[in-house]
Amino acid sequence: MNWKLTEDRPIWIQLVEQLTMLIVSGIYESGSAVPAVRTLATEAGVNPNTMQRALAELENRKLVETRRTAGRIVTEDLSLILSIRKELAYQRTAEFFTSMHALGYTEEQTRELLAAWNKKEESV
Amino acid sequence: MNQELITARGLTKSYGTKTAIDHIDLSVGHGRIIGLLGPNGSGKTTFIKLLCGLLHPTSGELKIDGHSPGVESKAIISYLPDRMYFADWMRTSDLAAFFADFYADFDRTKALEMFKSLGIGQNDRIKTMSKGTKEKAQLALIMSRKAQLYLLDEPIGGVDPAARDFILNTILTNYNENGTVLLSTHLISDIERVLDEVIFLQNGKVVRHDTVDNIREQEGKSVDQLFREIFTYGH
Repeated sequence: MNWKLTEDRPIWIQLVEQLTMLIVSGIYESGSAVPAVRTLATEAGVNPNTMQRALAELENRKLVETRRTAGRIVTEDLSLILSIRKELAYQRTAEFFTSMHALGYTEEQTRELLAAWNKKEESV
Repeated sequence: MNQELITARGLTKSYGTKTAIDHIDLSVGHGRIIGLLGPNGSGKTTFIKLLCGLLHPTSGELKIDGHSPGVESKAIISYLPDRMYFADWMRTSDLAAFFADFYADFDRTKALEMFKSLGIGQNDRIKTMSKGTKEKAQLALIMSRKAQLYLLDEPIGGVDPAARDFILNTILTNYNENGTVLLSTHLISDIERVLDEVIFLQNGKVVRHDTVDNIREQEGKSVDQLFREIFTYGH
């Protein structure tokens, strides 16, 4: 996992976003164990307390839960994972339309482009 | 265990007419990694030397885990000075024996493992080591103690970027979980991610003491950028 942290925003928020991505993309599978705080902190090169805070936030959002015997695991609630994934997909789509708008494309034109879109065609 | 690991009240240290530490009020808890930041001459080293009892306050009060600097506090402090204090004829194995004699909380096996992963042989003499290797060897010794307070004076000053990452990793993975690491530096951008809190010193005064995430949240910029703004020359 390649952790990318930018300068301008709180570190824990960036960790929450990246851990969420790991979960919704299935890299951390539903029901599987989340690595230990120290392991994750070392991997990301951040303070263990900061990583702890990020994981606590994920617990608040019910994406991970603490089992007394198994430690911390990724939620088994697949519908929750899917709904968060959908939310993220909406956000990205909205951003895409905004950036197309900045290029001077109307929503209509963008939709036409998408409908006709074929990955294999490299040229426009 | 006291709630606060370090408390300072009105702490002042003067050298003749020059005031190096000027009425500092401060408290620091357990289990934190804290950056002591400030330009040259702001009082970082003086503050660290007061904490480890090498200097005595001119006035004010300083407590470490409830004790004034002295025998009790020295037993729980692991200190990395800003310059090497070992005789240069010593071998790595001598250093480990030396630390084992001095400190009850020294973990020799851990130190030897760290030397090994740094590529430092047990029979290597200090005088044959490069500046960076010496710093790494010293840090390995310091971090192999199970101390309550690690005082690191410029631990990343003289090493290359790869060694810097190694050192930060060493600090992250080896400090005792209830222990606090206080490290002074002016190379902030390299270490910002590993810090809980920062203390900004300027002319012997604490001008800011906050968590890294609070600073980023409130200022919308990194601690490094804030530092450059606060300490711009020519104002």
